[in-house]
Amino acid sequence: MKKILKTEGANGLLLVSPTFIYAFLLLAVPIAAVVTFSFWTQNYLDLDTTFTLDNYRAAAQEPIYRVLLFRSLKISAIVTLATVILAFPIAYYISFFVPANRKALWIFLITVPFWTSYLLRIFLWKVILGYNGVLNSGLKGLGLIDEPLTFILYNMNAVVITLAHAWAPFAILPIYVVLEKIDRSLLEASYDLGESRLITFMRVTLPLALPGILAAAVIVFIPTIGDYVTPKLVGGPSGLMISNMIQLQFLKANNAPLGATLAILAMLAVVVTLALLWIFGKLLTWFNRNYFGILR
Amino acid sequence: MKSGRFLTLFVWIYLLFLYLPVILLPLFAFNTGKIIAFPLKGFGFQWFYELAKIEALHTAVWTSLKIAIITSVLATILGMFASRAATRFSFPGKGPIMGLIMVPLVLPEIIVAVSLIVVLIKVMGLGLSIWTIILGHVLICVPFSIAILNGAFRSLDKSLEEASVDLGETKWTTFRLITLPLVMPGIISSLLISFVISLDEFIIAFFLTGSEPTLSVYIWGMLRFPGRIPAVMALGTIMLIVSLLLLTASEYFRRRGLRRSGVQDVGGFI
Amino acid sequence: MKPIIDLINVDKSYGDLQALKGVSAQIMEGEFFSLLGPSGCGKTTLLRTIAGFEDLTDGVVLIDGKDMDGVPPNQRPANMVFQSYAIFPHLNVGENVAFGLRRKKMSILEKKEKVKEALKMVGLVGYENRSSHTLSGGQRQRVALARALILRPRVLLLDEPLSALDKKLREQMQTELRRLQRQVGITFILVTHDQEEALIMSDRIAVMFDGEIAQLDSPQELYSRPKTKEVANFIGIMNFLPAIASDAKDGLIKVKIPGLGDALIGEDQAPSGSIGTQIGIRPEMLTILLSDDQKAEKEVVGTVVEVNYYGDMSYYSIALDGVTEPLSVSMRNTAGRKVLEPNDKTRVGWGTESLILLD
Repeated sequence: MKKILKTEGANGLLLVSPTFIYAFLLLAVPIAAVVTFSFWTQNYLDLDTTFTLDNYRAAAQEPIYRVLLFRSLKISAIVTLATVILAFPIAYYISFFVPANRKALWIFLITVPFWTSYLLRIFLWKVILGYNGVLNSGLKGLGLIDEPLTFILYNMNAVVITLAHAWAPFAILPIYVVLEKIDRSLLEASYDLGESRLITFMRVTLPLALPGILAAAVIVFIPTIGDYVTPKLVGGPSGLMISNMIQLQFLKANNAPLGATLAILAMLAVVVTLALLWIFGKLLTWFNRNYFGILR
Repeated sequence: MKSGRFLTLFVWIYLLFLYLPVILLPLFAFNTGKIIAFPLKGFGFQWFYELAKIEALHTAVWTSLKIAIITSVLATILGMFASRAATRFSFPGKGPIMGLIMVPLVLPEIIVAVSLIVVLIKVMGLGLSIWTIILGHVLICVPFSIAILNGAFRSLDKSLEEASVDLGETKWTTFRLITLPLVMPGIISSLLISFVISLDEFIIAFFLTGSEPTLSVYIWGMLRFPGRIPAVMALGTIMLIVSLLLLTASEYFRRRGLRRSGVQDVGGFI
Repeated sequence: MKPIIDLINVDKSYGDLQALKGVSAQIMEGEFFSLLGPSGCGKTTLLRTIAGFEDLTDGVVLIDGKDMDGVPPNQRPANMVFQSYAIFPHLNVGENVAFGLRRKKMSILEKKEKVKEALKMVGLVGYENRSSHTLSGGQRQRVALARALILRPRVLLLDEPLSALDKKLREQMQTELRRLQRQVGITFILVTHDQEEALIMSDRIAVMFDGEIAQLDSPQELYSRPKTKEVANFIGIMNFLPAIASDAKDGLIKVKIPGLGDALIGEDQAPSGSIGTQIGIRPEMLTILLSDDQKAEKEVVGTVVEVNYYGDMSYYSIALDGVTEPLSVSMRNTAGRKVLEPNDKTRVGWGTESLILLD
């Protein structure tokens, strides 16, 4: 018995246990509780613990929840697309154009805006995009427009712009890491074998960068679904998302079970979307291999 | 592929986009005008003076500091256990265990907040207080702590600890004399990052706040009043500078730790 | 000489993988002992078992007659020099060397004296206050040595200490280590995969393959009388020719080597007896007989296939009639000696003393 206790495995488990137990009690158990809650109902001040699917039925039937959920998915998808597409050139630039001794500095510079107060950054976009805001007053002052632009605030566009900004570093970093790992001699080999820069990019760089791009997409997509602050501040009525409703149920409406249900549904939607994304990724690889691949 | 110049132009525009909100903070904090719009009115410190007068703000700052300090210490300690286990040992279930611990990185904060409310309030009937916020913050800071400490532990040559034991020390004294000093920069870096994360965090604090609001929650309240906005700018500027200083210090320590062990560093702690 | 380390049937398994299979050996006090073998043969595992960093699955390790089961590394009378040297980067040279003295009861002055002494022994006088980062590879190694030797262990264990150094430095350190061992007088156990290194430094060598000791002997014995083909091939280069062996009178063995000739060899030249089927002969035991008046015990005529010139030596590849593989023959390039060309015909001399009959 003593010998088992001395093994590496036992030592490792013992060492990781405080942190694991903490995560288990405060993350796994609570999430399980949320799931459980979604099957209960709130009777004014009491909690009715009979198992029921009422919450899920309500969520499926009431149009508002459906609308919010799909809108959230739509916005998240657009934000993810915009963020990742914009992030790729930056990551590419740092990986391929910046000298090695400056790379860490550039990465640091990229992440600096991220470390300021999230709340303030969202608010600042509100200030920038507002009717009398920085952008409009600036453009007016420069004489470029007569009337302030109204399509940039209190709607979905504002949410997309704001979140594309907020998540930028999250998207840039995974792509950068993957690009760094690409062996430069692979590219040289491709040129040596006669391919142009563009084709090399499509046949060598892009396929190898794909895991990083997908990771970036996942990293941006998931938190976006659950974002609360941005829709509230800059989304206007048409820009509210599912988490605003979740918060409403928990705090004002005191309907925790419904809130829990919505949260579960939101997470399920994320999982389903991720599964679809994974399939998409496989398709992309297949496409790339067959149309740009070696045995064309 | 974009040609070099086109790409460079794009990069600079993107950087402008990234830093635009951040630049605005000091710009309008020192602007004497009451409205956040161009043209600028004048240069002045009035909004900073206004900040100094608000009692409730000071309390909120103090609350946030308390939370951030406790969070950073707890998160770093828990991070050390997990990181050392992960980098030195292989044990059954390592994948799922580390997965669970790191999952807050990709979980929307609202899920964390919601599940904590469910467990702490509805199930256990506890009231909301500073400690509920701390519990939530530690949860999201631990993954960052682990990410940093992983780098520190990995760059620590295993044979250094073996050599220490070989020369007569015990496991504990080896930890004290060899491991701790060499990992210290990583520890400091982890403390600083956790501190910054906790200080700036909003959603969990918002959901789990009791009678004592944190700084972020207080700012949220202030945002309703247009007259208070310039003061918020001033506050934001101060927070920006503090965060920057702490981050630079954190990065400095992280690099120093790697340099001490003679390791090459590319691209931060990711 | 009495044994200082006794290994009795040492087994070490990692799950299904057996790293050490019933290893038994005795290491004598005061000798320079090497564990030699290719990577993965278990030599480092064996060393770490002696040091106490690996537990035994079965068997016994005795140091000075005491069973080391359950004794942790910090309580064993053995100290180790690690392959990476393991110099503590946050301590300077003096602090590194003095590290093991922390728990010993002596005044700071005494410790300083000891450090000075240890550094002098390894040729790093005055380095006490140097930072670890400024040290070269060779210097780090010496600091690691000083750090271990200052504790006057009964045994010093060295895990491939020279593999990280460049060739010239390595050769220098080989002589240094040998000299140091003789000077200090304690038992050294060295792990290496470099057979030249083992031959130069050791009193005795244990050649290991696949978790077992294939042969434990002095360098001379290992080189001239290898017990298996594996050992013969690992140490130096050996020519192998198929042969037919049969017992002859007086305990001698008669061998017929097609293409080379016949010979009568002694028992000591045939570790497996007359069932051996291969004759081994070292390249330097074959001579190119350039002029007619040069003679050897036995002779055969061959054609030069290839010449490889190495500066001080030339290696000839010589084809013989009736032999599929050409023989490798080495000759020192002494002044005036003619170097042959491909397709030259030449007489090759050999002696029965230098034959080895193996399985």
